[in-house]
Amino acid sequence: MKLTVNNKETELTQGNTVADLANQLELPTQGVAIAVNNRMIPRTQWSEQVLHPNDSLVIIKAACGG
Amino acid sequence: MKKLIIAGKEFDSRLFLGTGKFNSNTLMEEAIKASGTEMVTVAMKRIELGDKEDDMLKHIIHPHIQLLPNTSGVRTAEEAVFAAQMAREAFGTNWLKLEIHPDPRYLLPDSTETLKATEELVKLGFVVLPYCQADPTLCKRLEEAGAATVMPLAAPIGTNKGLQTRDFLRIIIEQSNVPVVVDAGIGAPSHAAEAMEMGADACLVNTAIAVAGNPVEMAIAFKEAVIAGRRAYEAGLGIQATNLEASASSPLTAFLND
Repeated sequence: MKLTVNNKETELTQGNTVADLANQLELPTQGVAIAVNNRMIPRTQWSEQVLHPNDSLVIIKAACGG
Repeated sequence: MKKLIIAGKEFDSRLFLGTGKFNSNTLMEEAIKASGTEMVTVAMKRIELGDKEDDMLKHIIHPHIQLLPNTSGVRTAEEAVFAAQMAREAFGTNWLKLEIHPDPRYLLPDSTETLKATEELVKLGFVVLPYCQADPTLCKRLEEAGAATVMPLAAPIGTNKGLQTRDFLRIIIEQSNVPVVVDAGIGAPSHAAEAMEMGADACLVNTAIAVAGNPVEMAIAFKEAVIAGRRAYEAGLGIQATNLEASASSPLTAFLND
């Protein structure tokens, strides 16, 4: 299904959960957070959180900053 | 020296470090180690798909270092709460440097949104360290809202201009019941020492170390300045004379002419 990840159109090729997308994107096991439609999804819920076509996701990671 | 205590957690070092503007993550890591800091800020950015860049986190995670995620980039209290929740999830800490500065030119914090966000984030269980204007009234309001510290600015971020808000910082330090961390604008070890001599509880330094000719040596210089300033404050500084008349520190024996 087609999703938007950080404003870029992305195809989720297998499965339909946040965990499936995290696998596909090879996200690291720590230091990232995901929000679906502006709601943060804790990592413990990634495998249950079902995605729908056109969902908008934000994925962040650490950056240098003061 | 007394330990610094924030939200029940003890710190030996009173120097907090920002991680922006270093030429490399390796240099940043060396400066962090040299500074002796136990509190290091980290920002957040959106990942780029397929990005394989060096993970900065591995350079700053250490058992003795408290990560302090910031909310840089948010413009409102609502956005700050969202960013805070993302940070707590990503970095596994409820400590937060709250910074809301919608104006990209001067990066001055929005006091109204900062107070509102502090109130909400405290209710959500965050340990909130708000970056704020050097406004004594605002600092009291933030304290009443449950902020763990206040972090008034010395001068605009990255300007290295020193304690431009000196007189207001004095009032804030006098009135505060939570630690006062002087943040932003500290450009030289002497600025940090001055803030500590005034009774500030800690200093947060980034640009002055990161863009120094030798950031590792500068980190050591700041470490020593913060210690010297704090030690002087605890020792009790002598009172400055109000006029230029000298006060002899040696006996004025007239043994040459008599």
